[in-house]
Amino acid sequence: MRSDTWLAVLASGALALGAVACGGDDEAGGGNGGGGGDESQALSGTITIDGSSTVQPFAEAAAELFNEENPGVKITVGGSGTGDGFEKFCRGETDISDASRPIEEEETAACKMENITATEVQVANDGVAVITNKALSIPCAKTEELKALFESGAKTKTYADANPQFPAEEISLFTPGPESGTFEFFAEEINEQEKMQREDNVQTSSDDNVIITGVSGEENAIGYLGFSFYEQNQDKLNVIDVDSGSGCVKPSLETIQSGEYKPLARPLFMYPSAEKAKRPEVKAFLDFALENHQEISEAAQIVPMTEEQASKSKQAIEGA
Amino acid sequence: MEATSSSVAGVRPSLTKERTSRRSGEQAIKGLLLFAALLSVLTTTGIVIALARETIDFFREVPIADYLFGTKWTPLAGGDQQSFGVLELVHNTLYLTGLGLLVAVPLGLGSALYLAEYASPRFRRIVKPILEVLAGVPTIVFGYFALSFVTPLLKDIGFDLGTFNALGAGIVLGILVLPTIATVADDALTSVPGSLREGAFGLGASKVQVSLRVIFPAALSGVVAALVLGASRAIGETVIILVAGGQAPEITWDPTEAMQSMAPFIAATSQSDIPAQSVEALTIFAVGATLFLMTLVLNLVAIRFVRRYRQVYE
Amino acid sequence: MSVAETTITRRVVERASRGEKTKDLLFRSVLLLCIGIAFLSLGALVFDVIRDGGSKLSLEFLTDFPSRVSPERSGIQSAIVGTLLLMALCAAFIVPVGVATAVYLEEYADRDRWWNRLIEVNIQNLAAVPSVVYGILGLAFIVRDPLALGRVLLAGALTLGLLVLPVVIIVAREAIRAVPPSIREGSMALGATQWQTIWKQVLPGALPGIATGVILALSRAIGETAPLLVIGAATFARFNPGDLTSDAFTALPLTIFRFISDSNTEFQSLGAAAILVLLALLVVMNTGAVFLRNRYEQKW
Repeated sequence: MRSDTWLAVLASGALALGAVACGGDDEAGGGNGGGGGDESQALSGTITIDGSSTVQPFAEAAAELFNEENPGVKITVGGSGTGDGFEKFCRGETDISDASRPIEEEETAACKMENITATEVQVANDGVAVITNKALSIPCAKTEELKALFESGAKTKTYADANPQFPAEEISLFTPGPESGTFEFFAEEINEQEKMQREDNVQTSSDDNVIITGVSGEENAIGYLGFSFYEQNQDKLNVIDVDSGSGCVKPSLETIQSGEYKPLARPLFMYPSAEKAKRPEVKAFLDFALENHQEISEAAQIVPMTEEQASKSKQAIEGA
Repeated sequence: MEATSSSVAGVRPSLTKERTSRRSGEQAIKGLLLFAALLSVLTTTGIVIALARETIDFFREVPIADYLFGTKWTPLAGGDQQSFGVLELVHNTLYLTGLGLLVAVPLGLGSALYLAEYASPRFRRIVKPILEVLAGVPTIVFGYFALSFVTPLLKDIGFDLGTFNALGAGIVLGILVLPTIATVADDALTSVPGSLREGAFGLGASKVQVSLRVIFPAALSGVVAALVLGASRAIGETVIILVAGGQAPEITWDPTEAMQSMAPFIAATSQSDIPAQSVEALTIFAVGATLFLMTLVLNLVAIRFVRRYRQVYE
Repeated sequence: MSVAETTITRRVVERASRGEKTKDLLFRSVLLLCIGIAFLSLGALVFDVIRDGGSKLSLEFLTDFPSRVSPERSGIQSAIVGTLLLMALCAAFIVPVGVATAVYLEEYADRDRWWNRLIEVNIQNLAAVPSVVYGILGLAFIVRDPLALGRVLLAGALTLGLLVLPVVIIVAREAIRAVPPSIREGSMALGATQWQTIWKQVLPGALPGIATGVILALSRAIGETAPLLVIGAATFARFNPGDLTSDAFTALPLTIFRFISDSNTEFQSLGAAAILVLLALLVVMNTGAVFLRNRYEQKW
């Protein structure tokens, strides 16, 4: 009998869980959402977004805020990577593709084959911060000096080899791996090589948090990663101001947005498909995202666009 | 020695030549079961197809000799640095799996032996499920555990490790696989008939002798199944090594250095920003196919081994 | 151990010489140490996670939907529901198919036929294929043609099911194999058909082992991230999947992965809390199977 009682307990537990699941089916979302929503449009439908994990926070914040005014629209956001995102997008499986780099020719061609037109819409900005361990003091570095430290075939063994004023400590690098868009971006802008970086004294990881652990754990460590990761961990790391010829520029929201933080600032994109954008809920979402991009970027802790960039994006959508 | 539980095969037909309706019912059931079994073949076919086409495309761009015999694996680097030698990945995979099994096999079999032969029923009922919970911890937790706990601990003990290293990743890999080996081996050991134990004791053997010399060999088939399952899990493990193992371009035998094996490479690359049609993306399929073939060979060897040494009692 | 065995063991130990007693004790301690190490690791792990995320656990955490905008209001309801449904569907798939395959291989298959050997090798091989490759498989054939289910729960459950099916089959086979042939022969001698024998005698006898297999399989499935990512499951969804065959979905490991990889330490703590929820779910799930196992365990 004891065993049967147990079965009963389990069964009722399962039933209870099922009740919670079904009960919670109505959309959450703060009823205390901001203004508007008087236009009783009652939008409904689904929007599928996938792609770069760097843009993902923006898409998520946009989806959430949009839902406050339009709870009937189900939006999902995935982060399978820019490349995979485009692949799914060009097969018609997603409506919007997030990307941390512009779409490539092969991808546009693949989309064309399925009669999908990708519209480039910038939604935010991103920067790459060069970080060091708290014990390593390099307040500012020229891009040539960084190149001497990071490039493939680099001859430098200590930081002082790149600039005698730098500490004479042995170099220890922590960077994203070659599969990362950040890696590619840094290699292109700083090393001036396509996807190449020195191979000695380097430890790579695909996880930015792990890079932080690495750099903050070794005294003479240097590395680079997405700006928002640095911003969240300022107490653990030093950052290097980058001088690309017109003085030392510290990476910050303002300098990345204005483009002053050269050359390590880049735009972030969303690529809606022109065909799908005709659906009312998709159009409304895109309009909302651009209209409120400032608020969304802040919520997502991403560097927002300038108004100039925003109006260009709005035009891109209108034209689509 | 090839007698199996289906030894009844020779006896069966005469016993069941009864009413025909029963017979056809039996046939129907057999058919259904066969159908279920064929699903596994279907799965393999699916995997082979999914991998084959892209792998062939890959080899159109990269010469097979470069792939099989090259020792440097940097497919995503640009220009001169790009190299497609899979040997390094294979070496790393076997190395890390070996490390993991070095930890998991003794601990796992030891635990199983204790649970099966020494533990009280109550101890067993409580401990075994807890071990199984260990098997369910998401691997990303293990990965961070390796990085933030195990590696610093090893550094404190005195090893000179990089932040990403094979030793930490390997040890945690072992901890991941341990419950699988322990629980399956324990099941195998407990199903050895009591008559064997009693007979051995009756002959004056000590408990140690009985456990090691009688029970263990009798349960060999099950124990090997446990080991094979454990090794399979270790070979295919992705996230732990992805987070804690890091990446390194050259072959190394030094466990204090970073290492990346085949599965984490596939995962990292498929998550990346590269265009899906490029040769870099095709590496995913080539490596997947290589891993598949590798495990096939290892399994064939294991099956042959078991077949030779398995014993049946009763 | 049965009473008879305990008595025999005791007498054996009493008779043992001093040297043998020490050896026995040493051996026993070494074995216990093995379990101890396993436990210590689990303890350290759980402690670490609790320290990070324990403070975030609350009822709202379980019932709120994820929020990017305000981490304090972020919850994991959609992920929990997704995981529960995934596990239920997965179990519904792997138990019948896994046990059926194991029964076929052990009871019906003629070992000398090459196709049966092929199936055997097949299954063992599939156990070693990394989960990412199953993701590729699922994407290629389940999400897309020929099954063309789309990125829905059913597709996720089937993909995960295929991933862990070999575990169930391998363990179930061992369990069935361990049932002594005398049981089968006795049953047949009494006039039962093969299937009746299997259904009434062999399977109940193998049940504890099969339960272990299912536990291990579901434990593996519940924490898998990679295959779900590849087939296109969302990592962020603010609704529960209503329709298993047409709604997008998310699951706990995906949410955990998302939170933990975030730059915001708030989210990282949430990730730790979500891990605790996952472990709790796992324990509940396992308890059911363990209970079955304990009830039916027998010694031959």
